[in-house]
Amino acid sequence: MRGADITPRPRRSGRECGLSRSGPATWLVVGGATIIAAAALLWTLRTGFQQPLIALVFGVVIACGELSRITLPGNREIAPIATAGGIGYTFLTVVGGQAAEHSVPQVIAVTTLGLVLGELPYIAISRQPRYVDLARRLLLVALLAVLFRPLVPYLGVDPPNWWLTLTAMAVLLVITWTLDFMGAAWVRAQRLRTRYGAALADEWTAHSVIGVAIGSSGILIALASSVMGVTAVLVFLIPLLVTQVAFRRFAEIRRTYLQTVRALSRVTEVGGYVDHGHSRRVSQLARSLGRELGLREGQLLELEYASLMHDIGQLSLRDPVPQGATVFAPPGEQRRIAELGSAVIRETGVLDAVAELVRRQCEPPEGVGDGPPPLGSRIIKVANAFDDLLGQEPDASRVDAVVDRIRMDSGSEYDPRVVAALARLREQERL
Amino acid sequence: MSELPVSARLYIASVAVVALGAIAAGPHAEIDVAVLVLLAVLFVLAESISTMVDGGRVGISPSSSVSLAAVVLVGPVGAAIVGMCAGAHIRRQQLVKRVFNAAQFALAGYAAGHVFLATGGQTGVPGTESFPYILVPFALAVVSHTLVNALLLAGLMWCLGAVGPSPRAVRWRPLARLELSSFGYGMVGLFIAAIWGVVGAFAVVLVLLPLFIARWGFQQYVAEQQAHDATLATLAQAVETKDYYTRGHCMRVARAARMIAQELGMSAERTQSIGYAGMLHDIGKLGVPTKVLQKAGPLTEEEFAAIQLHPMRGYEIVREIGFLDETLDGILHHHERMDGRGYPMGLAGTDIPESARIISTADVFDCITSTRAYRRARSVEEAIAELRRHAGTQFDPRMVEALITAVQREGWSTSDPVEPSTSDVFETAETTQQDHDDPGLPIVGERDA
Repeated sequence: MRGADITPRPRRSGRECGLSRSGPATWLVVGGATIIAAAALLWTLRTGFQQPLIALVFGVVIACGELSRITLPGNREIAPIATAGGIGYTFLTVVGGQAAEHSVPQVIAVTTLGLVLGELPYIAISRQPRYVDLARRLLLVALLAVLFRPLVPYLGVDPPNWWLTLTAMAVLLVITWTLDFMGAAWVRAQRLRTRYGAALADEWTAHSVIGVAIGSSGILIALASSVMGVTAVLVFLIPLLVTQVAFRRFAEIRRTYLQTVRALSRVTEVGGYVDHGHSRRVSQLARSLGRELGLREGQLLELEYASLMHDIGQLSLRDPVPQGATVFAPPGEQRRIAELGSAVIRETGVLDAVAELVRRQCEPPEGVGDGPPPLGSRIIKVANAFDDLLGQEPDASRVDAVVDRIRMDSGSEYDPRVVAALARLREQERL
Repeated sequence: MSELPVSARLYIASVAVVALGAIAAGPHAEIDVAVLVLLAVLFVLAESISTMVDGGRVGISPSSSVSLAAVVLVGPVGAAIVGMCAGAHIRRQQLVKRVFNAAQFALAGYAAGHVFLATGGQTGVPGTESFPYILVPFALAVVSHTLVNALLLAGLMWCLGAVGPSPRAVRWRPLARLELSSFGYGMVGLFIAAIWGVVGAFAVVLVLLPLFIARWGFQQYVAEQQAHDATLATLAQAVETKDYYTRGHCMRVARAARMIAQELGMSAERTQSIGYAGMLHDIGKLGVPTKVLQKAGPLTEEEFAAIQLHPMRGYEIVREIGFLDETLDGILHHHERMDGRGYPMGLAGTDIPESARIISTADVFDCITSTRAYRRARSVEEAIAELRRHAGTQFDPRMVEALITAVQREGWSTSDPVEPSTSDVFETAETTQQDHDDPGLPIVGERDA
């Protein structure tokens, strides 16, 4: 990783598209979705579209929703309006007093066409979607349709038994969404090489709230369409659109936040305190180690902030530490830099956890006095030592030597668990 | 608001009396009592949960959608009664405010109800046959609801004597956004009314759930934004810890720059990015050797070249942050001069980006009004005179005048000159013998010397 990072390339968004770095789970999800979509399309083209006007309205809504897709923190692409449109079309039992007669394949076909149509402008300007997230959007609707549409005759159509219908909708939404989370976590665990449990919990945190908004909007369109006809679809767009704007803004500011910390932590390099690219390399290694040790996304973000800013305390020094490598500085000096940096970070009033990680970054695994330092601090200690010891010559034999050197101090200076994770990264050629 | 003027009290009282009169006048015959009670309860709930948007100046909340659902379901008088319940919410609020709020909502609901009926709407749960034509009277009802609300509020402000700004000074864009969102909330009322016939009061829960989630999303966004700004400010200040006397400089420049931008009527977004530029304008100073920055007396050619690099260094550091170009321009060009003798590019006049002209004015203003190791702070009046003297050659006169107007209106708290303490933490800090921002120092205009 070192060679590539010596000259940091400008990354505007840090977002990866397409199918890069995908495991078998990705291929399974995307392949499955493609086959289902193609089969549904062929079937529907052969039998013809029932109630084409309604299908058209929902198709357009799904296309517009896909066009306005957003990316949540953690590179999660979602299209709330498209998904809600698909759910609404699935749950449609009565439209303006008339029974809705569309079949399962038609739901899938309309959703497919809408999604593809909405993606076309992006593909035209070569901003490819994350295919796995796109496939999941389709699979969610498809699964829901397979489970719900056969129930429609039993729910009573004229007049419908609304309470029974509502319960069925809610239960099925929970089931399909749970399966969706599990699939998403599986893909994510393989892509980021993290643990399945942590990935599942992360998916839940990231999607649950907006998922409730999407699901209830989907139910709403279906219910309201029974009275209002297709106008319902237009009115329902308003609340979900507002929600989507809020989440988009949140994702943007989260991105800017990370960029700000990344950029401003470089002032230590510009000031000549540390080696060029040191903070960034340490933060990348720390994140890999954190994933290897099963940290949650929130903890990883704190770890990233802390490792980017771990040397910020050097700004208060009159003279830079020789070559900026704190690992060679006397322990007292190291601790003082950590304390100074932590004081700076605590000043923000919002990053107390990060300040604590920075404060205890140089303590041995059993700590000094008040118990062992947090795992994040122990990770930063190893990552920092690795980068400092590696120096300017990142060849394979030197990497091995550095790992061995750190391993010698395992237990006394470094946390054995973290050192073991470092060794695993080395075995997988990921250093 | 503890001491209300008599006129305001009279105004609130008369609004309340009119509202009560409208309710008393009826007709009450067609109101479905069960629906009315349910709506009132839900309205109070929604109003209670609501929080303030837009810095707490104007509160809008999903409760207005319940009020407009009442317009359709229970007619003008019913809507007025539901609106009256706004006074019963469980947030902490003064009695006078409660009364006014209740009367305001009642009258708005009443007016909207009559507009709805007059333009062809019918009271009651709308059936299939009403759609989509019901959209027209309903949209008109929403507009009149918003309008009556705004007028009543404007009346109160007028009584309070708070109506100062001329129409030009009102910032229209946030206002328009606010009105648009309250229109959106209003339209949702139709939604509630439509599915009321299907699932009854559960309709409100279903409809308001996405709205509250939207609100939660916005709160998350605002919190994250504040966290970001706090972190940015702290990191920018950390760079200044080296010198006692420039401490807080970036914060004050950011503040002065925002004042200028606001005075010029710039949008909130632009004001914010110019504030960022002010905060980070000297971040590149870290790349300039300290001994050069703090040197007393004239600089050699190389030393001056090193100083001239700092805007570029700063630009390089923050380039990767997803800021608007205005922020980057402000940092890169904040030492340009109107006569073209500045650095790093020697741009002149309007070739200098607007944000940079703002930062340059704010920068020097703060430098003059703060204490330096080699001189005491000078007064705001002296600084104004100094800025005026250099307006046109060094500064853009527009920015100078905007700053002066803003400072005269809002005042300017000059930095408190903290004497260097002997605390251990800051033992390494040093003091500058001369500041590169100071006008009249040899650095400025050194080029042709």
